[in-house]
Order: sequence, then C-alpha cells, then structure tokens
Amino acid sequence: MPMTEEKWTWQCDRAIPSDAHLGRRMLDEVLDRLEDLHWSRRDIFAVHLAVDEALVNAISHGNGSDAGKRVQFSCRLSPQKIRVEITDEGPGFDPQALPDPTAPERLDFPGGRGVMLMRAFMSRVEFQDRGNHVVLEKSRSS
Amino acid sequence: MTAEYQHLDLSQVGDVTVVRFRNQKIVEDIYIQELGQELFRLVEADGRQRLLLDFAAVDFLSSAALGKLITLDKKMKAHGGTLKLSNIRPEIYEVFAITKLNRLFDIRKDEADALAAFL
Repeated sequence: MPMTEEKWTWQCDRAIPSDAHLGRRMLDEVLDRLEDLHWSRRDIFAVHLAVDEALVNAISHGNGSDAGKRVQFSCRLSPQKIRVEITDEGPGFDPQALPDPTAPERLDFPGGRGVMLMRAFMSRVEFQDRGNHVVLEKSRSS
Repeated sequence: MTAEYQHLDLSQVGDVTVVRFRNQKIVEDIYIQELGQELFRLVEADGRQRLLLDFAAVDFLSSAALGKLITLDKKMKAHGGTLKLSNIRPEIYEVFAITKLNRLFDIRKDEADALAAFL
C-alpha cells in the first residue's frame, strides 16, 4: 500500500463479530487514547463520527448484521496522525455511484449521509478492494 | 394521559413544548429507535403542534439520529406543526451544515432565541 511512512506509537488489529456494540467499545478505546494525547475536542468528534459511520456501514450494510461474519478493525496512531482500516465480508459497493444526499430532491431522505460525513471530517478516505475495505486517516489539527 | 418519556425531559413554555435529551450521545441503534418513537409520539399521540428540541446536553450524534430528526420534521409538517432546534454545539452544527440540513431545519442559537421565533 503506497502511503507515507509514519512512526506509529500505538496500534491494534482485531476481528470482531458483526455487532455494533462491540465495534463501539473498540472505538471508545481509540478515542480515550486521543484524549490522553490531548487531541482537540473537534478532532476527537471527527474521528468518532467518521469511524462510527464506517463501522455501522461494515456491520449493517457490508455484513448484513450476520453474527457469523466478522469485521477486521485496525488502528495506527502517531502523535500527529490516526489511521483506521475497516474491512467487512460483504459484496462491497461503488462509492462513486452514491447519490448526493444534499441534492434538493434527496435532502429529506432519512439516510445516505455516512460516506459524505466520513469524507468531510477526515483528511483522507479511500475505499479499496471491492469497496468492502475503507481506510480513514486524520491528521491532528495544529 | 401523557405516557412517560424515558429519554426526554419535557417542559411547556406557553404553547411550545421544549424537549431536552437525557443522553449526551445519540448513537446506539436501540436508543435511536426508542428516541425516535418517543419523538414521534409527541406529535402523533400527544398532538403537540410546536416543538423545540434543545440540544444543550448533546455532544455527539450519528447520521442515523439525523434520519429520525428528518422523519420527525416530516411528521410535524404533516400535522401542521412547527419544529425548531436550538443550542447545537459547533461540531454538531457542522454536521448539519455539511449535509445542508441547516436548510431543512430551523436552527436557533439558544432556547430564548428559538422561543421568540415561534411568536
């Protein structure tokens, strides 16, 4: 994977069943670490929002909440950057084909905003493989 | 008789029902489902016509929560009611702005500002 090498100071790699509660418990651990490193409230909110949306997508849409399927979660943390990778066992999707949720005719649709929010709040969002693997990165604000 | 609300605190200012959330985070799926049912009940069962949702206690919400607010807004309009939002912290307001939902909802700075806008 061609990415700038970062000196990661903390990492975790886990496979969890398709259960949002377990995913959020893992995410809380990551957010606690960001707090310990004194990341700003806004940055922590951004990571919380984007990773939560990605986890829900993987568990609900990707794995169809099938307890027999797992979600791979990996996190790398340096003093200046966080990278989270989430992979599900689903068929994937084409992120380019997602309709614009801010279009006037879709503005009052109840869903379809998760990927847009991930892109808005993170520094980099990339869907890889068949769309069932997402890489989210955020650089710490100065 | 008004049924009890597990996730909401209600107060009445004139004909406006001020709704406060008890939880700081609106994120867990079950909680969002229950919260949605309580919000919809305010309109559909209690027949409240003027609702102010005060977000002072809320420091996080997911896009699934936005979905419930959108459905609530539709139900309010269908019943000829009015919905306003207030006290949304900057990070959450950014979510509304990015998704352009700040155009769908009437968002006011604080409770006093919102109550005045009902007049």
